Amino acid sequence: MSVIVLIEHTEGTIKKKSLEAVQYAAGIANKLGTSATAVATGTITEDELKSLGQYGANKVLHVADDRLNDLHARAVTRVLVAAAKQENSPVIVTLHDVNGRTIAPRVAVQLKAGLISGALSLPDTGNNFETKKSAFSGKAFAYVTAPTEVKVIMLAPNTFPLQKGEGNATVEPFNVSFEDKDFGIKVQSVDKVTGEVPLADAELVVSGGRGMKGPENWGLIENLAHELGAATACSRPVADSHWRPHHEHVGQTGGTIRPNLYIAAGISGAIQHLAGVSGSKTIVVINKDPEAPFFKAANYGVVGDVMEVLPRLTEAVKKFKAEHH
Amino acid sequence: MKVLVCISQVPDTVTKIVLKDNNTAVEENGVTYIINPYDEWYALVRALELKESGIVEAVHVIMVGRANTEATIRKALAIGGDEAIRIDADSNDCYQIASYIADYAKAEGYGLVLCGKESIDYANGAVGPMLAELLDTDFIGFATNIAVDGNTATVKREIDGGEETDSANLPLVISCQKGVAEARIPNMRGIMTARTKPLKTVTPSAVDAVTKVSRYEMPPAKAGVKLIAPDQMDELVNLLHSEAKVI
Ligand SMILES: Cc1cc2nc3c(=O)[nH]c(=O)nc-3n(C[C@H](O)[C@H](O)[C@H](O)COP(=O)(O)OP(=O)(O)OC[C@H]3O[C@@H](n4cnc5c(N)ncnc54)[C@H](O)[C@@H]3O)c2cc1C
Repeated sequence: MSVIVLIEHTEGTIKKKSLEAVQYAAGIANKLGTSATAVATGTITEDELKSLGQYGANKVLHVADDRLNDLHARAVTRVLVAAAKQENSPVIVTLHDVNGRTIAPRVAVQLKAGLISGALSLPDTGNNFETKKSAFSGKAFAYVTAPTEVKVIMLAPNTFPLQKGEGNATVEPFNVSFEDKDFGIKVQSVDKVTGEVPLADAELVVSGGRGMKGPENWGLIENLAHELGAATACSRPVADSHWRPHHEHVGQTGGTIRPNLYIAAGISGAIQHLAGVSGSKTIVVINKDPEAPFFKAANYGVVGDVMEVLPRLTEAVKKFKAEHH
Repeated sequence: MKVLVCISQVPDTVTKIVLKDNNTAVEENGVTYIINPYDEWYALVRALELKESGIVEAVHVIMVGRANTEATIRKALAIGGDEAIRIDADSNDCYQIASYIADYAKAEGYGLVLCGKESIDYANGAVGPMLAELLDTDFIGFATNIAVDGNTATVKREIDGGEETDSANLPLVISCQKGVAEARIPNMRGIMTARTKPLKTVTPSAVDAVTKVSRYEMPPAKAGVKLIAPDQMDELVNLLHSEAKVI
């Protein structure tokens, strides 16, 4: 018996959020008195896979089929189901991200497993796996139970800080036979936003609203983001006015993010905006209007003009970094 | 080709959530229900656009819900759906919902099944891929653009840190998000004709739920915002480091 966890990597480098998933799976395994087995697909070195031992994986099953360098959800579903059967797994863990959310529901159907999405806590294994998740755009938490024999859990990224330990996982090649239909989706082109931190998984995010006045002022947001190593985001009217690309728009109709730090500059904090960012651990709001609703959701607030505050904050971060190096 | 659009009913974003029954349920009195925005604004409208461009003959909308959800499903007809199906069951578990819809859809031979990327109540986003699994088709999630040519769909979708363009043969299940279409508001004519459009009620065969919400919890009240003077940015950075521990 072993808890299974799916690994994602970018051209052979395991994603940080997958390390979180491994650590989470190991936490569940520990509660169940068993081990954690990672499953990896595509081109990746044995050394990289072994390093998963540092986050609690005992073993890695590797399907070294380079067709799986693209996401083929049906093929990866087949891999996970085969691995779960081989390992007699009570739990399969994926991330609650675009990949996990495409694969995990299929796996759950095949294994007749209860599916818990967006997990924010380790399951209460003694109580039908009761697991905490966000509900109603962050306005409440719901606890979901799954009375099924097998459970599939999708972990929300950025939920638990990583703790690196010692150890190497053993890596075993894993063979699965595929069918043509597993590769039914043809990838025509890939357009990666290069050189930037992907917003969905960013730990730090600097975001601008209509208070930034126009795209010509976005350098202020970018400079701060650059100093922090943060991703950039925006409110909806900013994307609608084409000041910023649409993938940066967060909120009810845009992306949902849960960074450790969300800095909102010149954003009023309408409920539809909060719906996408209220899961952030720490919120800093910069707004010249002391009555802006965002201050109610913020941990730290600066009542002031973004044009003056942002450059000062950037300088302060620079200074801080110089002192702490 | 016929398209099936899966819709769900959710509390409006601006609704205040109030818990009851020892935090095991949400108070329904006073909640305004709407069609889940991703289903309405993107999946439904794109289906209608495909019909207007002659690629699609008919747009059916389907919802799992009790009789009290009929106003919501009528709104989808007012926006332009041709026919609605209400599966008369509670909608608490993604697997149940997907199974009911799959059972209905199998017999109807839809070329395309569209749904929103997730519902804004529990944000599972699981009905689409489960439906694809049950219907033995491909699923493309988080679409930002959908084009259909003959038997092939070309779909732009969100990937980790970017976008990808995929193609796949029909039948296909796609979940939709911003970009796929622009929201439409039902007009008077739509509202009038919606009354006469067919709304079919189907009683599903029983499927067991595999999950259940056992209880709810309200987020802890914010401790209140700590205000920092605009000329004290060093202090803010220090607080973010030593107090919030985020940098
Ligand atoms: C159905 C629906 C869905 C929606 N979905 C989304 C969504 O997904 N995401 C989203 O963001 N919005 C969404 N909205 C829109 C939302 O309601 C707000 O209109 C929007 O978030 C406002 O954006 P904003 O705060 O940037 O602009 P504004 O509301 O114009 O606020 C600008 C703020 O900047 C401040 N300001 C101005 N100048 C300065 C300055 N020099 N220095 C400091 N502060 C300054 C002002 O005091 C003000 O608070 C949605 C709305 C609806 C109805």
